[in-house]
Amino acid sequence: MHGARLVTPSMLVAFAIFGTLPFWITEIGLYRYLGVEILIWCIYALGFNLLMGYAGLPSFGHGAYFGIGAYACGLAQFELWANLWFCLAAGVVAAAVFGAVVAAFISHRRGIYFALMTIAFGQMFFFIASKWTSVTNGEDGLLNIARLPVELGFWNYPIRGNADFYWFVFACFVVCVVALWRLVNSPFGKVVQAIKQNEARMAFLGYRVALYKAVAFILSCAVAGFAGALFAMAQGGAFVQVMNLQWSGVIVLMVLIGGGFVSFWGPVLGTVLYFVARDLLGAYTEAWLLWFGLMFMAVVMFKPEGLAGIGQDALRKWRGLPRAPAAGWAWLRR
Amino acid sequence: MNATALFEARGLHMRFGDRVVLENVSLAFPEGQLSGIMGPNGAGKTTCFNVLTGRYRPTRGQVLFRGQDITGLSPHRIARLGVSRSFQLLNLFNDFTAEENVLVALPGLRDHGMNMARDVMADRSLRDRAAAVLDRVGLGAKGGIPARQLPYGDRRALEIGVALAADPAVLFLDEPTSGLGADAIGRLAELVRRLKGEVTIVAIEHDMEFLFGLADTIAVIHWGQVIRHGTPDALRADPWVRNSNLGRLK
Repeated sequence: MHGARLVTPSMLVAFAIFGTLPFWITEIGLYRYLGVEILIWCIYALGFNLLMGYAGLPSFGHGAYFGIGAYACGLAQFELWANLWFCLAAGVVAAAVFGAVVAAFISHRRGIYFALMTIAFGQMFFFIASKWTSVTNGEDGLLNIARLPVELGFWNYPIRGNADFYWFVFACFVVCVVALWRLVNSPFGKVVQAIKQNEARMAFLGYRVALYKAVAFILSCAVAGFAGALFAMAQGGAFVQVMNLQWSGVIVLMVLIGGGFVSFWGPVLGTVLYFVARDLLGAYTEAWLLWFGLMFMAVVMFKPEGLAGIGQDALRKWRGLPRAPAAGWAWLRR
Repeated sequence: MNATALFEARGLHMRFGDRVVLENVSLAFPEGQLSGIMGPNGAGKTTCFNVLTGRYRPTRGQVLFRGQDITGLSPHRIARLGVSRSFQLLNLFNDFTAEENVLVALPGLRDHGMNMARDVMADRSLRDRAAAVLDRVGLGAKGGIPARQLPYGDRRALEIGVALAADPAVLFLDEPTSGLGADAIGRLAELVRRLKGEVTIVAIEHDMEFLFGLADTIAVIHWGQVIRHGTPDALRADPWVRNSNLGRLK
């Protein structure tokens, strides 16, 4: 038992895979833009897992904050200042502010009540975004959001092409992974994990439980907003679909199937699986989501710890250690 | 017995609907002593603890800690004043190791709970303090074992360890021997005896031998009222206590 390192071996593996991805992804029949999508959704999923996997708070309306980040990025670009850092910050701040308002209402709840209220707020934001056409341009979406150049004062780097944009998103991914890994091993990270396991006991130990839940929620909204802002630039627009219930469900699906409850890397595995399945299965059948859904059901029934859980079991077996006890899903039982 | 009362309950009433669970309960727990609370099942002992530690607000009455009125404060506020409790039904962080269970209970971690950059496991002083607490409850060698994998007796000890890690001025123990066999009760009694004198303790207990061997004074609660109060010796001679079937008192 030692301290958590700033950079872990699994991080190096992940960085090596994603860092070389542009050189081999076309070789395996996929395309570069897929790498951009995967990394952005990985950031979103990692932030979401801070809430669901670490704090044990299921949000089924998280697409709202991803969408808010996307709109804020576009609006900041059009109305205020077309600067990359400013527009990304606008996405983060906007999502965090909306997250804070919602957190004020839901941080005293838990379990199914918490989940239901996240759906209610998510739907509310979705409908506002759909109807408030003067701001969001409604169903048509906020178009022509540019991939602004990376300005570092001494050096400007345009990221308009998918190849260059990929490197920028990869850099964002690296920063998010390192920061979130540090976060989950920090005092705050320990506290939210303890709250997930036993909220009442934490109150009797002097913790303001609702405050910690609120902060975890806001942080995860901020990360979603950041990913949303990147996604707006990736797609060249902000669209309302990502805010709907179905897309909010997709992020839950990705994190669960990947094994967010048992591993920091679960969300990444789940995201990769989702997008690769979409493109590979999708090439054969329109109904690929049906097969993905069946896969999800199989995971829920036979291995709720997800891909990461399967991996951990294999690793333990290889090292001759006993199987880990079942984890996760506790929030469904309270 | 002129020790000042560190913790005091004055005229507590607690009603759930039309059911009266506590009726005019007044108790004083002097500093440095071990005060026992006994009584049959359903007498209101645990409700009494829940009122004293902030889970319930009493219908009437006052709770005083160091002379300060803490009635109706939320559990986290009361805990921060230096009041800690263990639970009859184990209340651990099951996915955490024994060490992590104690770590999150340390005021040193609680006071920096919003810190998102420091690495907990690299914090020597914090981990040393956790190790010291584990040593005190006899789990020094088991810090790395997940709480759910510990044997029941060790989990009982850890339950106390978590409460103790909060560095309390007064420690409430709710049936610490619950579910333990005779050997394990003996070991737990040793542990509580060691803690006695270091911290003011209030213990609810079913096991009469355990309580009579350790407590300075004991209050007997029945039907939500304090019906007897005195030293173990005085209670031993009391005909009501002798005739009640509260336990096998030798």
